[in-house]
Amino acid sequence: MNGPSVNDFVIKVATVNGTGSASANGLLMKTIFRMGVPVVGKNIFPSNIQGLPTWYEIRVTGDGYGGRDGNVHLSVAMNPDTYADDVAELTPGGVLMYDSTWPRPQLTARTDVTVIGVPLSRMCNDAFAVARSRVLMKNMAYVGAAAALLNLDMAVIQALVEEMFASKPRLVPDNMKALALGFDYVSENFECPLPFRVMSMNKTEGKIIIDGNTAAALGCVYGGATFGAWYPITPSTSLMDGFAEYCAKLRVDPETGFNKFCIIQAEDELAAAGLTIGASWNGARAFTPTSGPGISLMSEFIGYAYYAEVPMVLFDIQRVGPSTGMPTRTQQCDIQLCAYASHGDTRHILVFPANPRECFEMAVNALDLAERFQTPVFFMSDIDIGMNDWMVDELTWDDTYIPDRGKVLTAEEVDGLDTFHRYLDVDGDTIPYRTLPGTNPKGSYFLRGSGHNKFGRYTEKGPEYKEVVDRLLAKWKSAAEAVPAPITISARSKARCGIIAVGSSDPAVLEARDRLEASGIPVDYMRVRGFPFSKEVEAFIDAHEQVFVVEQNRDAQLRGLLVAETTAPKEKLVAILHYSGEPLNFRFVYDEIQTAVKVRKIA
Amino acid sequence: MTSFVKPKIRRKQEPVNTLGMVRADYDGTASTLCAGCGHDSVNAALARAFFELSVEPHMAVKVSGIGCSSKSPTYFMSDAHGANTVHGRMPAFATGAVAANSDLTYIGISGDGDSLSIGLGQMAHAIRRNVNMLYMLYNNGVYGLTKGQFSASADIGSVAKKGGANELPPIDPAALALATGATFVARSFSGDREQLIPLIKAGLRHTGFAVIDVISPCVTFNDHKGSTKSYAHTYKYFHPAVHADFVPPSEEIITAYEEGELMPVEMHDGSRIRLRKLDSDYDPRDRAGAFAKVLEGQSKDEILTGLLYINEDLPDMHARKNTGPRPLNQIPYSELNPGAAKLKDLQRSFR
Repeated sequence: MNGPSVNDFVIKVATVNGTGSASANGLLMKTIFRMGVPVVGKNIFPSNIQGLPTWYEIRVTGDGYGGRDGNVHLSVAMNPDTYADDVAELTPGGVLMYDSTWPRPQLTARTDVTVIGVPLSRMCNDAFAVARSRVLMKNMAYVGAAAALLNLDMAVIQALVEEMFASKPRLVPDNMKALALGFDYVSENFECPLPFRVMSMNKTEGKIIIDGNTAAALGCVYGGATFGAWYPITPSTSLMDGFAEYCAKLRVDPETGFNKFCIIQAEDELAAAGLTIGASWNGARAFTPTSGPGISLMSEFIGYAYYAEVPMVLFDIQRVGPSTGMPTRTQQCDIQLCAYASHGDTRHILVFPANPRECFEMAVNALDLAERFQTPVFFMSDIDIGMNDWMVDELTWDDTYIPDRGKVLTAEEVDGLDTFHRYLDVDGDTIPYRTLPGTNPKGSYFLRGSGHNKFGRYTEKGPEYKEVVDRLLAKWKSAAEAVPAPITISARSKARCGIIAVGSSDPAVLEARDRLEASGIPVDYMRVRGFPFSKEVEAFIDAHEQVFVVEQNRDAQLRGLLVAETTAPKEKLVAILHYSGEPLNFRFVYDEIQTAVKVRKIA
Repeated sequence: MTSFVKPKIRRKQEPVNTLGMVRADYDGTASTLCAGCGHDSVNAALARAFFELSVEPHMAVKVSGIGCSSKSPTYFMSDAHGANTVHGRMPAFATGAVAANSDLTYIGISGDGDSLSIGLGQMAHAIRRNVNMLYMLYNNGVYGLTKGQFSASADIGSVAKKGGANELPPIDPAALALATGATFVARSFSGDREQLIPLIKAGLRHTGFAVIDVISPCVTFNDHKGSTKSYAHTYKYFHPAVHADFVPPSEEIITAYEEGELMPVEMHDGSRIRLRKLDSDYDPRDRAGAFAKVLEGQSKDEILTGLLYINEDLPDMHARKNTGPRPLNQIPYSELNPGAAKLKDLQRSFR
């Protein structure tokens, strides 16, 4: 695990945001992917439009691990403001490439790294006349330089560039020229390729590169959502952008030209929640994407939907809190907020996708669960999953899928009843029947967030109130076996320790677990995918002497939930916490658990 | 406080509407508001308007926020679905509901606390979207349920029951609605059903957001001497500018009016509003003029009432969202699923 080697290393590109480097970095990553080598991309960007430091990290991972490595082997340092940090971060033996148009002898202060100077700006200024294109072409030139160092296939790059500019083919020659500038300079002046480099493999067949927000948006389209409301907030905005884009392509009636969807940009998150609940109450599948600050504002309506039993799906793309926090950095810091959002006794259903493919699938699960249980459902993503490019298995769809709309009575079914009562547990399964406005006068009822009895009537009588909220608790508990089931990876030999994690921690934990086992520490791993916790979660904790709860927040929120909601003894659960805002890396998990195991002598 | 079902008592030869329903079919549960509350009169006017328009009760949706006014949806049309939502947040809920099903008639009921303080933003944005609904603002200048604090519609100098005078300038719902782009703005008084009922009917038939600011005195906390939202004060300073007669599509205009006094406005469903000018220079189709008149009324301590502004030409939310005549909630899933083949196809760009 010390790397770097062929198909196992990390490239980190440091640039200034707003200079158009995103497409160059995408090109670099996709080239490696198209060469059949698995990749992991992480965009570490500022909450800013132009002028602040931004990094793009590409892990080349021949053995297919999907998490971050934690080391950097090739630094493409294009931002003089961050040279010092970029040099410091390099692993011994690493390589730093920078723009030597303005030579920086101090970069060579470290003797354990190699510095490669490429006069990118000078070459681009000589080759291109327009100022803006000089800036953009410099990005392509560093891709060309990296291609020479890493043995990338220029034919693959050319094909990608042609696809990139499919609608403006006249831009292809200039871009190829810039790529060649970097490629040729490095090939002529340095020994290429580096010892760690890319060699074609066949491990990306059937895979795609996609971010979680795009995948969740597709899930909403395929899951049959017709209504979405939101207030723009990083990092959830691209989810609604994706929904709008796919609806425009896939949801416009070809004959009439009418939209089979409605999207409303709300004035704030309070309204976004209300819009979603109103649409859902009236029979549309409805959702709202947001982030932690939005959940805080929506809490009032979340309690209403919980108590009045209106379905709604909230996509929480978590970012670093508290308050405004670090809007472009990742955390799993809304777990407890979402589990119990709103005042009074409220408990909610959560689903925890761990990658974009699960975002696609669990968006559909969430829509089904919300309507089946007639309650808010939280989709707990984060910036790492939502906005980073992940390599996952191609998304598939089963056309026999039928949405679970829950217990909604038709006009005819209402006719067949003596009387209709909204909150009566007719079937004894804690879930009452609902009716939609405009179907049948006999099915009319009055929705309210104030005290109501099982017949749906206003009440201030204690026993009547309790009867309803006790059923709500039982209903919530019954969702434990309906949420996505946990996934367990067992060690080959009997393990005394276990790991529990959720969401984006998964790839780093998976890799750390493998490497711990390889170094003689067998560990079992359970990835929890839903809340309320199923019986399996308790059984997993029971079966181990010690369980490490790996999560991305300061306060051990998942561990707190496990303590509160299972019979597990508190001391059995050890928190492993990562909350710097950068995506979790496997070395951190490995080191923490290895140390903990040694200290506790429980290997 | 509990609600109970009002007994339905049928009289012989009771008038029926075109659905064969009687006025009592538009009743709700018995009111739990204070005796003499203006809101009860407005609710009776609403029931009357729905009855006369022959709207099937279950094809209407009643929504409200929180407060005395917002209790109203239970007091009329029991056969309609209703929702008592969150304080000041009815507009968002209503907008979502309207988006999901364009086939129903939507009425929102709010108060001056609900609309002008906690819910000012939501009201303004529902207006901007021109959501197709009638928004009734029951305006009494006080918070009733919390026992008599001033609301944002209280006039400067108006005296509270406990003695203090209001010092802050009022927010005039009609001026606010005009400023934020409402396409139907009216003001009336709970004590004048002759004026109110036609306004409600016209508001329900208007395609877009209709606001009716109804002065509806609070007999318990704001009906004393010194209050500018009392019955006595309202009767004294009530100034009707335009009277609106609502004419359903089928009915012929029989009554003749003096030329120059009558302004017919054609509605989208073929019905008409006949406006009778009471102020000779008032034209409710002129937004700037309406705004000036409302401000002028304020300066003269006059409560300008009637249909203050109407514009039938602006697209409502459905038109802007291009959702078509079929309600969103009635599109079968088979038409929403793009299919597995399409999913495969669109993923080519992810490779």
